[in-house]
Amino acid sequence: MKILVAIKQVPDTATQVKIAGDGRSIETAGITWIVSPYDEFAVEEALRIKEKRGQGEVVAVTLGPERAKEALRSCLAMGADRAIHVNDPAFNDADTLTTARALAAVVKQEQPGLVLVGRQAIDDDMGAVGGQLAEVLGWPCAYWIMEETIDADGQTVKAARQVEGGLEVFDVPLPAVLAAQKGLNEPRYPTLKGIMGAKKKEIKDVKAGDLGLGADAPQLSITKLEALPPRPPGRIIDGDIATAVKELVRSLREDAKAI
Amino acid sequence: MNFDLSDEQRMIREVARDFAEREVRPIAQEIDRDARFPHETIKRMGELGLMGILVPERWGGAGGDTLSYAVAMEEIARVCGSHAVVMSVNNSLFCDPIHKYGTDAQRGRFLRPVASGHEIGCFALTEPQAGSDATNQHTLAVRDGGHYVVNGRKVFITSGREASAALVFVQTDQAKGSHGISALLVEKSRPGFLVPKTEEKLGIRASDTAEFVFEDCRVPVEHRLGEEGQGFKIAMASLDGGRIGIAAQALGLAVGAYERALAYARERKSFGVPIGQHQMVQWMLADMATAIEGARLLIWQAASLKDAHRPFSLQSAMAKLFAAEMAMKVTTDAVQIHGGYGFIKEYEVERFFRDAKITQIYEGTSQIQKLVIARSVLGGKA
Repeated sequence: MKILVAIKQVPDTATQVKIAGDGRSIETAGITWIVSPYDEFAVEEALRIKEKRGQGEVVAVTLGPERAKEALRSCLAMGADRAIHVNDPAFNDADTLTTARALAAVVKQEQPGLVLVGRQAIDDDMGAVGGQLAEVLGWPCAYWIMEETIDADGQTVKAARQVEGGLEVFDVPLPAVLAAQKGLNEPRYPTLKGIMGAKKKEIKDVKAGDLGLGADAPQLSITKLEALPPRPPGRIIDGDIATAVKELVRSLREDAKAI
Repeated sequence: MNFDLSDEQRMIREVARDFAEREVRPIAQEIDRDARFPHETIKRMGELGLMGILVPERWGGAGGDTLSYAVAMEEIARVCGSHAVVMSVNNSLFCDPIHKYGTDAQRGRFLRPVASGHEIGCFALTEPQAGSDATNQHTLAVRDGGHYVVNGRKVFITSGREASAALVFVQTDQAKGSHGISALLVEKSRPGFLVPKTEEKLGIRASDTAEFVFEDCRVPVEHRLGEEGQGFKIAMASLDGGRIGIAAQALGLAVGAYERALAYARERKSFGVPIGQHQMVQWMLADMATAIEGARLLIWQAASLKDAHRPFSLQSAMAKLFAAEMAMKVTTDAVQIHGGYGFIKEYEVERFFRDAKITQIYEGTSQIQKLVIARSVLGGKA
């Protein structure tokens, strides 16, 4: 089975995000870029499906600027067979729907039996591309996947998604889009051999024109980013225990409205 | 001049860092306290390819370069000096010489299982009377038909208890002095190969340091690495490369201690302000950061020269000297910045301080590095 994994390059989780001068993007200088962690679960699951079935191909795809190749190379080092980079300035302002349409065009060319994505990218936390991709393709889709089992002939996948307090299990006909949740698996470390071998694997550059797409204006544009207000300092209640507890309860009830 | 790592080197650094943070950090304190060899994580480092970085894939290694080795070593040592020394000896002092001087039969038998991390290798040069005076070898190997019969004693052998095989330096012709030294590959399972003792140590406590005794230990002649009399040259060439590994270990220890000191300087308050706002602490942090960067550049230079197949003995001696002295100073100051808490095991920084000391001693003391450097700059004429 051919499996396509759509990934996104995002700032490392430890990044101190600063808003750029234009007020609607972030300062990218000095950022360490990584594969979004939920996407790593998707890559790992694709590799496990291939290993379990003893055959197949794992293709990593991303839409992003030139630097996003590093993220694709990380997927290749983990074990993906090849990668596709939708790399065109026409997509510089792409919103989730534009991204989903571009990925759908790649899917139509590649004809995979399954598409895996992370349940959301950890930068803008939209969590929309997987669902929009399935919608554009007319495929079924299941999000927050904690377990999956594909039947022997590759016709359906039993997918268990996380819901409050338990799992909700679906039989989903293939092809389909599944979105990985944390807990689906434990992603492997790329081996040094895998890293050295990654440079020999293909990363194909694809332009909007190659996908038969024009430059649609995005439906969603960011007008402004605002930093979170700084966290107010904690408050220490002085006095003897009996008075302090009374004041604590009053404050929780009247100021914080927590009880 | 380009100071950027390649994509591969950057990814190798990331893997080493992730592995060290997620797998090694949780056990680093415990294995130091109990002097317990971390079999589980060393095995996984082998699976990742960290135990045979420079060895080509066909012999079980990762096929990486020396710069990748140095950056991976820094990341492992930044978290645990014990893991780092096991990695360094395995890569530089066992895999490297067998790959360079071995026959294919020797590579298949001794290199492949160790480069792929299934087994561990060690390097037995030091004797009770032969430390810095390494040519003063008393372990004898006497030819008896198709075998050497080995008798003698080796001390301070890193990974000596855990290794499955050792590269052992022996005197095959005493009359020739250092030109009579040969290198033998010896499985630990050979009769007459005894490991009577493991040392209790100040630092790198989770790595085992053992004593070997050879009593009429018979080693096939075809297990000799290189020619008879070539042993000392093999030992010195291995140590040239090993010094890059130990320099990178020292660098990693310094970075680990410095990062803790920096974090502590931000959070610990005295006289109403974080101690990092006091000029004397700032001074120490500035010196630490600068010395770390200087050591890293010397190490990267030595590694790059080795990768370019250019002479690098002088640069690796300089890197090892500078990095070891720097690590001792930086870890000492890191303890100082922590004040009384630095002296307490819970704060971890004392472990880096204890681990750093050995980097000034093994694989050539700082004094020996100065000797190597002085001879080189004086053109051997002093």
